[in-house]
Amino acid sequence: MEKLIEKYYRPRLPHIWCPGCGNGIVTSSIVKAIDKLGLDQDKTVIVSGIGCSSRASGYLDFDTVHSLHGRALPVATGIKLADPELNVIVITGDGDGTAIGGNHFIHTARRNINLTVILFNNNIYGMTGGQFSPLTPTASKATTAPYGTLERAFDIAELAKAAGATYVARGTAFQSKMLVDVIAEGISHDGFSLVEAVTQCPIYFGRQNKKGDASAMLKTQRDNAVTVEAAKKMTPEQLEGKFTIGVLHKSEAPEYTKQYQGVIDRAQKGAK
Amino acid sequence: MAIKTIGKHCKGCGVCVTFCPKQVLGLDALGKITVLDETKCITCKQCEMRCPDYAIFVEKK
Repeated sequence: MEKLIEKYYRPRLPHIWCPGCGNGIVTSSIVKAIDKLGLDQDKTVIVSGIGCSSRASGYLDFDTVHSLHGRALPVATGIKLADPELNVIVITGDGDGTAIGGNHFIHTARRNINLTVILFNNNIYGMTGGQFSPLTPTASKATTAPYGTLERAFDIAELAKAAGATYVARGTAFQSKMLVDVIAEGISHDGFSLVEAVTQCPIYFGRQNKKGDASAMLKTQRDNAVTVEAAKKMTPEQLEGKFTIGVLHKSEAPEYTKQYQGVIDRAQKGAK
Repeated sequence: MAIKTIGKHCKGCGVCVTFCPKQVLGLDALGKITVLDETKCITCKQCEMRCPDYAIFVEKK
């Protein structure tokens, strides 16, 4: 890991994340996945939105864009269309990606453009002080919901699948080796890939909801995460309160930049 | 085997202390990571893998 930090991180550590925040673990998983695939550092672009998770792009030594709130996907789409040779990885959070950028999210999935989205799910808006997000579980406390949230949370993996994403996976900060594998598979996949990285926010989510410290929240991830293979053998009662991890969905569909090249070719033929 | 800690990176969350199976690690008076007994380390690298702050590295020698 020390060598990876020298190679892939900018010399500006320590990072700003709170003590025990899982974002550091997820960021290192992304770096490990990039290293595992041997991607060219100069041919890899990292685009992020705004929020705790999106600060990750500032620590990584690639071509990075720290874009607008919720608008990481349109920026990444532009970069990918301008040069389809680039590996474009998007780092976003639950609030950034599913609330402010919710519409961009479903339409980028529908387009099936070859981007890899790593959505850091910490169940809360941490940077602004603990407001609830679309992925905050029902009845959780937040600064903006002192008596608990009334809204049901999105299942972001199901949303991505329904919107047309061709690779959907979920990992946790606790099972970080598996997270590296699913991210690497997502980057290799030709099409829109979503990896939901379940991470802990011990300060703004954990403290308000009495989830314990970072270690306790990591243990909760360990106890509640069930692999897709194991979940198949379990009854709905056994799966109550659990969530599945691993590759949740994989399909084939025409990729957008390739389709677009077809349009360019046809138009140029017509012009001659 | 050698354990390298970076005090400047450590925020004292205690994740490494919790997940160390051999009680090798602890926090000092300032709440920073400290190695209590390096000889007990079995190089499982749980601390290195789980440290969110890149403050501990374990090298097999």
